[in-house]
Parts: sequence; C-alpha cells; structure tokens
Amino acid sequence: MTLDPVILFFLLGLVARLLKSDLRLPEPIYEALSVYLLLALGLKGGIELARYPLSQLAPQIAAVVALGCVLPLLAFMVLRGVGRLQRADAASIAAHYGSVSVVTFAAAMTWIEVRGIPSEAYLPLFVALLEAPGIIVGVLLARGASGGATRWVGVLREVVTGKSVILLIGGLAIGAALGPTGVKPIAPWFFDLFKGALTLFMLELGLVTGRQIGALRTSGAFLVVFGVATPLAFGLIGAALGTLMGLSAGGATILAVLAASASYIAAPAAMRVAVPEANPGLSLPVVLGVTFPFNLLLGFPVYHAYVTWLQA
Amino acid sequence: MDTMSTDTKQGGAMHWHVRKLLTVIAEAALERKLIEESLALGIGGYTISEVRGGGAHGVRAGEWEGERSIEFKVLCDADAADRLAGAIMERYSRHFALVLYTTDVGVLRSEKFS
Repeated sequence: MTLDPVILFFLLGLVARLLKSDLRLPEPIYEALSVYLLLALGLKGGIELARYPLSQLAPQIAAVVALGCVLPLLAFMVLRGVGRLQRADAASIAAHYGSVSVVTFAAAMTWIEVRGIPSEAYLPLFVALLEAPGIIVGVLLARGASGGATRWVGVLREVVTGKSVILLIGGLAIGAALGPTGVKPIAPWFFDLFKGALTLFMLELGLVTGRQIGALRTSGAFLVVFGVATPLAFGLIGAALGTLMGLSAGGATILAVLAASASYIAAPAAMRVAVPEANPGLSLPVVLGVTFPFNLLLGFPVYHAYVTWLQA
Repeated sequence: MDTMSTDTKQGGAMHWHVRKLLTVIAEAALERKLIEESLALGIGGYTISEVRGGGAHGVRAGEWEGERSIEFKVLCDADAADRLAGAIMERYSRHFALVLYTTDVGVLRSEKFS
C-alpha cells in the first residue's frame, strides 16, 4: 500500500483533536485554501473541456443531474422507513448525501492519478452539477409541495450562486478559455502546489472530523451504520451509471466517489436556513465523523473495484 | 428622545443622544436573515463581526463554515429595537443558537439611528 500524504495529514489532524491539542488553522487560511482548491480543480478540468463536443457532454450532464435527484430520495426512504427519523431530519440528512464533498473529490482525483488510472478531464463539471440537486430535493422532501415555490427557488439561487459552484464553473470556463498554453503562467501556482495545499486542508478536516466523532455518541447506532452503508450502496449506483455512460475506469470511479460522498459545506448551510427544525447535531456527526473518513480511508479502492468488476 | 450632554476636551459641548444598542449573537447562517429583518424595520445600519464561544449549543469554535457564529449589532430607537428583537425571537429562537441583549448608548447625529 502506498502511503498517501493527504491521508497522513488528515490523520495528524484527527489525532491532534483527539489529544485535545490547541492546534487550529486560522479561519481566513481555511477560507483561502478552499477558494484555491475549488479554482484549481475547475481550471484543471476546463483546459480539456473545450475539446469535448456538447453532443457528447449533454447526455452525461442530464444523467449526472438525475443521479443527484435520485440519491436523496433513496436516502430519505431509508432514513424514514428504517431509521424512523422525523421528516425534517430525514430530509436534511438526505440532502447531505444527495450533494457532494469537494474535498473527497479532490482526494479521489489524486488517488486515481497516483495509480495512473485514466480519467476524463472534465470531471470537476460533475461536482458542480451534483452540488445543487440533492439540496433542492432535500428541501422539497422536508416541505412537501406545501412550502411554496419561492422558498426552494431561493434555496436554488443560494446554492447555484454559492462559492463552490461559482468557483468550479468559473474555473472550468477560465481553463477552457485559456487552453493548455494560456494556463502555463499560472500552472505552477494552481497545479504544482495543489497537493501541498490539499494536505493543509486535510489537516484542518482531521481536526473538524475529530470533533464530530465525539458528537457521534448521541446520534445513535442506526446513523453510524447508515454513514457506512450509504456510501457503499451509492458508490455502486455511481459506478454503474458511470459505466453505462461509457466513462473510463477513472471517470466511473470518480462518479462513484461523488455518489458516495456527502456534502458538509453547502448542504449544512443551505439546510440550516431552509429547514431550521432539522437538527444539525444528527447530520454533521454522521457526514463528517463517519462517511467522510470512511470514503477517504477505505472507500476509494472499493469504488474502483466496483468499476473494474462492472467494466470487465 | 432624551439627550445627555458631555463636554469635549476642547471645551465644546457634544450632544449625545440616547439610543439602543441591540446585539445579537447568532449562527452565521442567520446573517442574511438578520440583515433582512433590520432593513424591513427601517434600520439601515448594522455591524457584523465573526466571533466564537460556547454555551447551550456546545462550543462553537468557528473552525469551519458549519459552525461559525456572528455578532450582529444595530443602533436604533427603543421602539425599533423592541420590534427587531421580537421578530428575531419569534422566527429564529426555536431552532437556532441565539443570544440577544440591549443597552443604552449615546450617539452623535441621532438622525442616523431613528
């Protein structure tokens, strides 16, 4: 097994938190790092994006958005039916699992790159596409049709104009406009330093995860099992869809990772305002304390194995 | 509106007008809502800072987006402070971490804070 610096830094943060260390990354640095990571991911995807015809991309875009709508419905049914959670809580957690984690995506991209697994260059586009649908479906599930159109239109606007979508789509557009030669002057900053910046971000996420693990005690055994079973099941759905869409092994693995990942930035913020009665004390520990580390530490090889099996 | 006067060091009289300073400490998720509620009541000015602390909702250390807290301050007359605090309590106190307090302060240019 190759030691991955991204994972080692994550573990360092985790251990530091469990030891109750005073280590913390200043908030503005965390903020700047996340802007940097999103832009770098977008730019990298954008350089190659221009080479693909829209006729090839359009059906894939539609399939990925549909995936983003179906996953939260499945999660909601399990959370209500098996977990017996209240409607608002089930809808909120479903939204988290319908949406995606950009950092999990970034870590998975470096995971497949290190192993030389070929992938499509435009995969960051999928991240941007998957951010919103899960959250919108989550709000609709919580409110039913009675909530009125204005509310979820507001949520839609907030998610689509949110930092991650703007920076990913903006990065893709700028990357596509610049092309491989145009991007050269900024390549050392955005591409060569990327993995180093990602390790710092992972250190911070280790700290955040360590805190949520402590909160798991109150969320109950069902949610802990849910936090592992959902990525395993959703990863399989993502791998199958990616294979049906004709993606490469790397591309289908990344789509599986996206399906398996749960949002811990956009979804919590949106659900807090749109569904305030949902308890974040239930969703955050399972998303950050279980699913995020599970995907990072154990999930990627599983999703890659799904794809290898499906594409054989 | 009551006024109180304080001499400046140069000896000129500064006219301090009594207004309410209403401070709301809340989850950062409420920032936009607090601004909207204030504007709806005709309170046009506000100050926001990021803060961290702990309380009934546990430690909110402000380490990442999900647990940021803000301190939201407005200067206005007593009536507007009452109505803003009432609106905030009615709409957000049930589901959000929230602390409100008020105090009398002296302001210059009272027309800015009516």
